[in-house]
Amino acid sequence: MPEATIALVTGASRGIGSATCLALARAGLAVAVGYRSDPEAAEETVAKARADGGNALAVAVNVRDEASIEDAFRRVEGELGPVRVLVNNAGYTKDGLAVKYTTENWDATIDTNLKGAFMCSRRALPTMLKARWGRIVNVASVAALRGNAGQAAYTASKAGLVGLTKSLAREVGGRGITVNAVCPGFVETRMTEVQGQEARQRYMEMTPAGRFGSPEEVAAVIAFLSGPEAGYVNGAVVTVDGGLIA
Amino acid sequence: MDMPELQDKVRKILAENLSVAETQVTPEARFQEDLDADSLDLVEAVLALEEEFGVTIPEEEMEGVKTVGQAVQLVATKLGVSA
Repeated sequence: MPEATIALVTGASRGIGSATCLALARAGLAVAVGYRSDPEAAEETVAKARADGGNALAVAVNVRDEASIEDAFRRVEGELGPVRVLVNNAGYTKDGLAVKYTTENWDATIDTNLKGAFMCSRRALPTMLKARWGRIVNVASVAALRGNAGQAAYTASKAGLVGLTKSLAREVGGRGITVNAVCPGFVETRMTEVQGQEARQRYMEMTPAGRFGSPEEVAAVIAFLSGPEAGYVNGAVVTVDGGLIA
Repeated sequence: MDMPELQDKVRKILAENLSVAETQVTPEARFQEDLDADSLDLVEAVLALEEEFGVTIPEEEMEGVKTVGQAVQLVATKLGVSA
């Protein structure tokens, strides 16, 4: 049996990250389930992946902390092997109008969503360059493509993530490595649970599909971009939003 | 390790990473003009040198390095090998 390709997904204990782990495991990849605060949920994802016949491992990784990223990569390299697929999914959001938004919340948002993705990519790229193969998928948001009142930090971080995606795509695209972004619309996860009923209704009305997306629907796109067949897709920004920004 | 030995090793790694013949990798050879290396080629070569010699070469130190000889010297300084 050929050795499995190894993937690391950050923020993978639930939601889109967890669904991505399961999709990748089903595609035959060995998956490191990165989590920050909820090891039990990460272990649940691992158990589900294994129940599907996949190979998975829960790995603690706080993407805001360079040392934690280094530890996580070393652990994955030691127990599974070199990371060939990186899914930068860990995300943070805290809504609030800019005039009253704290610097702490701004930093937490940018550090997690943008700097975290950069630091993980920087750590992953040398081994991908050496292998002349790699996949990085950044989980951005439709908020990267249109403004949202009350989400200045979040939209800035996700727009930044799209910029990071495109620059990295150009830097390493000649080495068999692709870097793409997916932009989910309104997807039912813990992160969107906090949105008020009014906001949810507004999103629902704006979405041609007339419903919210599921984590699995986003995971399917991430899994495609992570696979060998997506080798000519590079620097793309793929919306998975039920037509929200069409 | 002495200087000739280090030089041999560095040249071998550079030749392999830049996909050029070792004979082309002379001390005077300029990465960009003579060896057709772009900036990513150079970064990859530096990663290989770091791995081989267990040294860390920060970006600002890479900037002044234009020739093979300068690269050898940079690694030699890191390792405390003198000519």
